[in-house]
Amino acid sequence: MTVNPAMDQANSASTLALGSHQNLMQRSWILAIAAAAWLGVALLTALWADLSGTNWDYTGDLATVCAALAGVLAAAMFADLRFAHLRYAQALGPWMLVLALLVGAWEAVTAKLGLLPLPFFPPPQALLEVVIDDRVRLAEGVFASLRLLAGGYFLGAALGFVTGLAMGWSRAVGYWIHPVLRLIGPLPATAWLPLAFFVFPSSHSASTFLIALATGFPVTVLTWSGVASVSSTYYDIARTLGADQTFLILKVTIPASMPHVFVGLCMGLGNSFAVLVIAEMLGVKAGLGWYLQWAQGWAAYANMYAALLIMALIFSGLITLLFRLRDRLLAWQKGLVRW
Amino acid sequence: MAERFGAVVVHTTGSESAVRADTLSVPGAALSIQDVSHRFELEATPLPVLEHVSLSVEPGEFVAILGPSGCGKSTLLRLVAGLDVPAAGVLALDGQPIDGPDASRIIVFQDPTLYPWRTVWSNVALGLEARGLLQSHRERVDDVLRLVGLASFATAYPRQLSGGMSQRAALARALVNDPKLLILDEPLGQLDSLTRIAMQRELVSLWQRVGFTALLVTHDVEEAVFLASRVIVLSERPARITAQVANARPYPRHRGDPHLSELRREIMGHLGLAESW
Repeated sequence: MTVNPAMDQANSASTLALGSHQNLMQRSWILAIAAAAWLGVALLTALWADLSGTNWDYTGDLATVCAALAGVLAAAMFADLRFAHLRYAQALGPWMLVLALLVGAWEAVTAKLGLLPLPFFPPPQALLEVVIDDRVRLAEGVFASLRLLAGGYFLGAALGFVTGLAMGWSRAVGYWIHPVLRLIGPLPATAWLPLAFFVFPSSHSASTFLIALATGFPVTVLTWSGVASVSSTYYDIARTLGADQTFLILKVTIPASMPHVFVGLCMGLGNSFAVLVIAEMLGVKAGLGWYLQWAQGWAAYANMYAALLIMALIFSGLITLLFRLRDRLLAWQKGLVRW
Repeated sequence: MAERFGAVVVHTTGSESAVRADTLSVPGAALSIQDVSHRFELEATPLPVLEHVSLSVEPGEFVAILGPSGCGKSTLLRLVAGLDVPAAGVLALDGQPIDGPDASRIIVFQDPTLYPWRTVWSNVALGLEARGLLQSHRERVDDVLRLVGLASFATAYPRQLSGGMSQRAALARALVNDPKLLILDEPLGQLDSLTRIAMQRELVSLWQRVGFTALLVTHDVEEAVFLASRVIVLSERPARITAQVANARPYPRHRGDPHLSELRREIMGHLGLAESW
């Protein structure tokens, strides 16, 4: 519930900026510069010959992509501010400018000047090449990772939620589960890895178990503490209004502990990413983690960077999704931190 | 004496609600508290809280309970609400022994305790929802919100309400269930003095229009005298009833009424505060 006051200030400052004409002008200028910078990167890539002795197949394609980006930014600059999405693109202006400079510098020191050793530091067009040429394998990896992650995460979250609820609600359940949780909970799920691959019939089921374990622990603890922190007056009032046990659990306990549960779900999601990647590297012969390992084995660093980038985008997207869900469900709360 | 004045008040209230008879009126219930004692079990040493408390409240009566801080007033209300079971003695509503919470006896606390994840409308609807009556009684929720003046805040969340509005919503959440007995545990205690004065007037008017029996705990002698038809004075813990003061002044009352001032002086005397008058 606590919000960084500086962040709050920054938020209100940017809101003000959206309303002020002068700032709009400034914003357009930044976008224009960003568009020009991307055009510059495109020209640099296309017109400056690659270092002799290298043959990057996708240099021209990279130039095209950069030019297209410059076009989109230019369009955003001229677009009417009534379009909310374009306004969002406008807010990205300074970032697009910095990114253009970074990509331009990267292109220059790798493909054009060869200042960084290969194969450890491939140029941007090498990543583009991987994404295009190896798209089938990457897509399969994304699909396998998401499938494994979803299975383990939902299982762990559901079991953790139910266990935490039972622990908070029933003294007897708390008595039996609490010591087990205290002993096993702090153990990193990856510590179970050798045992799990041995005990479970397949590496997929073993990894599902490990991801569920990594997710389940924080969800259990946070749900439990959420249930424990529900004010007893909430129950008193509901009881005098005629509520039975089921109603109390469904309509008082669960909604009242949701803010805690979401903290647990978020922590669990972070844990599940770590376990997913390690499990894929060590046992599961599929997924982005496996792809990373495989690429490293072949010294295919461009493939590795591409996979890392895709992984970062997917994981960040999943966390965004969870935060969106929370914002929707907990709209009644004030001052939620934005992801 | 209590019964006599109780009867007088019932008559007054009766004629009032007859005049304004509307769909919201419910007959109040008679509450009887017979020789109730209660104690807290604190680390094996029982702490006596209530000692041989006996009290009869007539249907439609407005009884206020005054007493020193921590004397056990709120405990008595919890027993009446059925949230706790007395160590000894019997409580009954309309002759039915009280053995658990029931929607015919609803408590409103000092803290309005609205459910923050529910809109004002859903908060008010909670009792009907819990008893499976919401589908057939949706318009009751709207009626009660109108009654307490919150119709335009139906879709607001509790954090958007002021203190007075929150307490009105809490009252509505109780009233929508047609309680025969409304148990008020210092319901206006957290409000600023201006809101408090306005809410006292609203409370009287609600009580007159609806007709429930009201049992109010308060720290405020003026409030007790302004609202109640009978004031019960409790002793220090363990609480006993030390005095009952009937108040037959007709409603609506006026704060400047010299009779009320006289009653206040009398009650301050019972509370051992005569010299501060």
